[in-house]
Amino acid sequence: MYAALWRILPGPWSVRLLIVLALVAAVAYALIVHGYPWAMQTFFPTPDPVIE
Amino acid sequence: MVQPSRARSRPRGRASVASVAGELLLTAGVVVLGYLAWQVTLADAVMGERQQEAGRAFAQQLDAASGADGGAVAEEALRTDAPPAEVRADDRESFAVVHIPRLGEFERVVGEGTSRAVLDSLQQGLAHYETSAMPGEVGNFAVAGHRNGQGGPFTHLDEMRLGDRVYVRTEQAWNVYELRNHEYVPPTAVDVVAPVPRMPEVPADGRYLTLTTCNPEWSAAGRLIAYATWVGWSPAADGMPAELAAAIGEA
Repeated sequence: MYAALWRILPGPWSVRLLIVLALVAAVAYALIVHGYPWAMQTFFPTPDPVIE
Repeated sequence: MVQPSRARSRPRGRASVASVAGELLLTAGVVVLGYLAWQVTLADAVMGERQQEAGRAFAQQLDAASGADGGAVAEEALRTDAPPAEVRADDRESFAVVHIPRLGEFERVVGEGTSRAVLDSLQQGLAHYETSAMPGEVGNFAVAGHRNGQGGPFTHLDEMRLGDRVYVRTEQAWNVYELRNHEYVPPTAVDVVAPVPRMPEVPADGRYLTLTTCNPEWSAAGRLIAYATWVGWSPAADGMPAELAAAIGEA
């Protein structure tokens, strides 16, 4: 799968490496800002701070 | 003679179902580990910033509603007569913004009722105990907030010091409170939000503020309470109290 991605990318290996790093950074950013907050809100309620 | 390139000489592996499944599983593992690291490092920065944005947006709404000029600073000293009575908000409705300079750039929205909908909301995050007083009212204005996660407004509540100011801003007024002490209590200590904190049998005799959060961090085993007493108010239309403006400017 990732080998196929590497073959699809254009240019010499240095350009491909840059593209891959950019893709990884984009995915990481999307997870940190959108994906993970959604996961925490949906699946991981944090301890209740209310007195009752 | 031209040498065949290394890439060409290497056999070209074909992706099999197993190799794709393996790569997906490895990727899933990295994503899950990433979540764990994110939860303990970046979660409250990312989600807290969303709550701060909501705080700034709601503050602008309050400015517009009270006729205050956006960046206006009230130069007059705080008033100590009775502040204007606040109308009770509907369940889950946003009605106030709290500033706590000791907790950094802290500007978060208070919603009515201590439901998860308010506590976990990225538009709010601070939850008003619906049976407690309104800001500035005689009695106890009590607010809960997460220690960690979902924006974690009160992660550093334990670092507040005697005399630290808490500014509660509504459409009508800025009510200013001053930290008096902390207390560590079991989760059942309902009298911390009594009109006179810890003295449920005593009728309301002053204007108090109680903040409640989890303790220890990431645990609901106990509660950390911060008590503050009222020091005065200023009309919302006059703008932000000068002292708060100075504290924000320095931060």
